[in-house]
Amino acid sequence: MDEALERAVDALFAAFLFTIGVAALACAVVSHHYPRMSPQDKASFHPLEVNLAGVQLAQLALGVLGVLIITAEYSTGMIRASFTAVPKRLPVLWAKAGVFAFVTFALMLPAVLVAFFVGQAILAGHNIDVGFTAPHVIRVLVGAALYLTVVGLFGLGLGAIVRNTAGGIASFAAIMFVLPPLMNVLPTSWNNAASPYLPLQAGEAILSTTPGGHHLSPWVGLALFAGYAAAAIAVAAVLLVRRDT
Amino acid sequence: MIEAHNLTKDYGKKRAVDELSFVVEPGVVTGFLGPNGSGKSTTMRLILGLDAPTAGTVTVNGKRYRDHQAPLHEVGALLEARSVHTGRSAYNHLLALAQTHGIPRRRVNELIDMVGLHDVAKKRAGTFSLGMGQRLGIAAALLGDPQTVMLDEPVNGLDPEGIHWIRNLLRGLAAEGRTVFVSSHLMSEMALTADHLIVVGRGRLIADMSVDDFVRRASGNIVHVRSPQAEELRGHLVASPDVTVTVIAPGLLEVSGLSAPQIGETAAHHHLVLHELMPQQVSLEEAFMELTRDDVEFKTGVGPAATTEAAA
Repeated sequence: MDEALERAVDALFAAFLFTIGVAALACAVVSHHYPRMSPQDKASFHPLEVNLAGVQLAQLALGVLGVLIITAEYSTGMIRASFTAVPKRLPVLWAKAGVFAFVTFALMLPAVLVAFFVGQAILAGHNIDVGFTAPHVIRVLVGAALYLTVVGLFGLGLGAIVRNTAGGIASFAAIMFVLPPLMNVLPTSWNNAASPYLPLQAGEAILSTTPGGHHLSPWVGLALFAGYAAAAIAVAAVLLVRRDT
Repeated sequence: MIEAHNLTKDYGKKRAVDELSFVVEPGVVTGFLGPNGSGKSTTMRLILGLDAPTAGTVTVNGKRYRDHQAPLHEVGALLEARSVHTGRSAYNHLLALAQTHGIPRRRVNELIDMVGLHDVAKKRAGTFSLGMGQRLGIAAALLGDPQTVMLDEPVNGLDPEGIHWIRNLLRGLAAEGRTVFVSSHLMSEMALTADHLIVVGRGRLIADMSVDDFVRRASGNIVHVRSPQAEELRGHLVASPDVTVTVIAPGLLEVSGLSAPQIGETAAHHHLVLHELMPQQVSLEEAFMELTRDDVEFKTGVGPAATTEAAA
């Protein structure tokens, strides 16, 4: 297996391990601490939320990987060879996006499921776990795997638009993680009205265990986030064909 | 065959290629010459569709590059040898390209042997020397067994054995009836390899002719004649109109305005002995420098004379 492929596989396995490892760690910490938690903390505690701690970290790894899948071609100059072999260009983009989406989902779904069973087993020590068939659980778990896939595709779209690694990663991080806190500058009513529609918030709606609040409804949120990713890829596709290499 | 019609490319205000029209014929090695910055690489990128022309068209084997079903079977190109993923091995790089066109592994192995990379095929391309990278690029260009071969500075970084190998390779490909289009700065090598020349300067076409015509045009019609009866010969030669004869050294004449056969026949007619009859040909390098003197984009200064000339 050549080194380029090895590195991509490493990144995916890192995301896989984060999802499980961080979840187990979080559950262990909370479980240990639970008897001493205050009543408010106990009330706001939800076993699923703790279990999904790994997803927060994995999304960063996957977003960066999505960017790199495109920008590595530009930084090595490989893009010229790719476009000389495939002058219609778009098939290269679709192939990369398709393979990336498929592999990410195929890896993240088991990761999330394993994290769930491991984490809940740890929480069961204090009887604060939740069963697989409890309401929302399946939706949250499958949704988490879908969410992570869309995160990766969003990174891929941004990478294809910006065409360099540093810019791609910066754009991804800025839109996903810096934009939400920036919204706090706005008056609260505006902030509350607008922030559910930001990419991160919209996507995370699928992970919410408490309906309503400041989130869109779960599938609507995920669909909106997927829309953002699709828009990024669409813009990238137009630029890919029109721009000089 | 490569055909360009009024090909033009602007980068903002800079016109890199200016109404370039030419035809690169099959069966001969066509050299693509020009000073740095004359638009050679840009033209090649336009041919491959990596950049889009501002105006004009260029087709390969009758169609635009991107309209071909299997482009690597039509045109094999080496533009920059460094278009390889550094983490990938040479073998895998060629294999990946081969798989986009359904070209079998057998062909990849064939090429690796042909270009002499057999011992390093599984090493990462990032560790390759300039010459090895160049050989890999050439292997990639020939992967699809293309009708047209386009190489930008192929001998860059090659040792003498490699240069010799490329020369024979190119001449062999042309002899098979393929279209061979090579750009180079190495004039001495071009003189040995190319049959036809296309010369550009500042994006514009300067010359489109055979190597022989090109050199002849720049050489003028000068013949050196060495004879024990030089004085007598001089008298006879000067009799013809528009002929100047200068005595360069005792017994050595420089004749301008008559061809070597004409001089030989004049001598024979008057029973004069000739020891040497030497048509003076400038080298391709001199011819090229002369032709492109005014179209050089980046001129080096050679001391005070050059700077005063530039200031004037």
